[in-house]
Amino acid sequence: MTRVEGESGLEYLRRKLCSVYPDLCPLFSIEYADGVLLVPREALHGAAVNLKALGFERFGFVTAVDRGEYFELVCRLQSAEFGAGLFLKAEIPRDDAVSDSFTDLWPAADWHEREVYDLFGIEFTGHPDMRRILLPDDWVGHPLRKDYHDDSVIPRPDYI
Amino acid sequence: MALVDSLTSALESMPGGGIILTSMDALADWSRGQSLWAMPMGTACCAMELIAASFSKFDFDRLGTFPRPDPRHVDVMIVAGTITKKMQPAVRRLYDQMAEPKYVIAMGNCAVSGGIFYYDTYSVVRGVDQFMPVDVYIAGCPPRPESLEDGVLQLRAQIRTRSMAEGRSYDRDLALPGLETDRAGTTDAVRPVGDTPLAPRSGAGEKL
Repeated sequence: MTRVEGESGLEYLRRKLCSVYPDLCPLFSIEYADGVLLVPREALHGAAVNLKALGFERFGFVTAVDRGEYFELVCRLQSAEFGAGLFLKAEIPRDDAVSDSFTDLWPAADWHEREVYDLFGIEFTGHPDMRRILLPDDWVGHPLRKDYHDDSVIPRPDYI
Repeated sequence: MALVDSLTSALESMPGGGIILTSMDALADWSRGQSLWAMPMGTACCAMELIAASFSKFDFDRLGTFPRPDPRHVDVMIVAGTITKKMQPAVRRLYDQMAEPKYVIAMGNCAVSGGIFYYDTYSVVRGVDQFMPVDVYIAGCPPRPESLEDGVLQLRAQIRTRSMAEGRSYDRDLALPGLETDRAGTTDAVRPVGDTPLAPRSGAGEKL
């Protein structure tokens, strides 16, 4: 399969994804001129393996968003073949904040996952060195969680 | 003001030359403030202004102040930037390694009080005076190099009022050359106001 004349990189990606991995096809969407693949948590690592085989050789970053009831894990992948980037997303339940590590596919994910663990408390199984990276080792809690509380934090008053 | 600050008016005419009378202590205090080597503790965007101050456009060197990257060499630490809780022990350690007498300038709102990171933050120290003494605070986000130069001049004025002998302080008159008003509150008794033309405020007015 090759790129058709006049076809955008994202359209080509959608076409190739749907033909090679039909299971992933309904999970794919294009938002704000970027590909988004929202998968169930259990399928996250498998989808990453497939995307790497498809041509996403470059790992951008992995981060997380606290959506209140769940965390949204966001992994940015990029591909020279498609000339496009893709957000691989999964919802991680708050009370069971565990995900598969990407380090076996892209070693660059190592420190990114440590940062997510440090600030959001999402643990990555299979990570070679799962410990804090920014905060001191004896820090209690994960500060970017919305329900984080720390006595040293002064809440911003309404008038500012 | 130390007598040596106004040499020309203090010189007494004598046959064959001039003579000035002052105490060794006053001379030493005065000279200590003339060449404040600075430790550039630049941790955030204020460091850009700190760097700019050192280079040719603002030329900090003409005030005797230039950066040395070694705490053993310096007189004043200029904290330019946000200090996080993780950075705090390192800053304190560098301060402890500086030789006495040592001074600290807190440059910018973050170093003064935490600045925009005062509220809703878990990681920022709310001002370097939480863990070490500060002599001069410079407000701004970030302050311009002129503000930093003004801060150094204010620090010099402070240093002149302190004696090398520990625990003693002199009630000396404080007036920065080229400034209309006295910074430390007392009047200039040695030199009448209006005696010398006022220099521009930008720090270029610092004369012997």
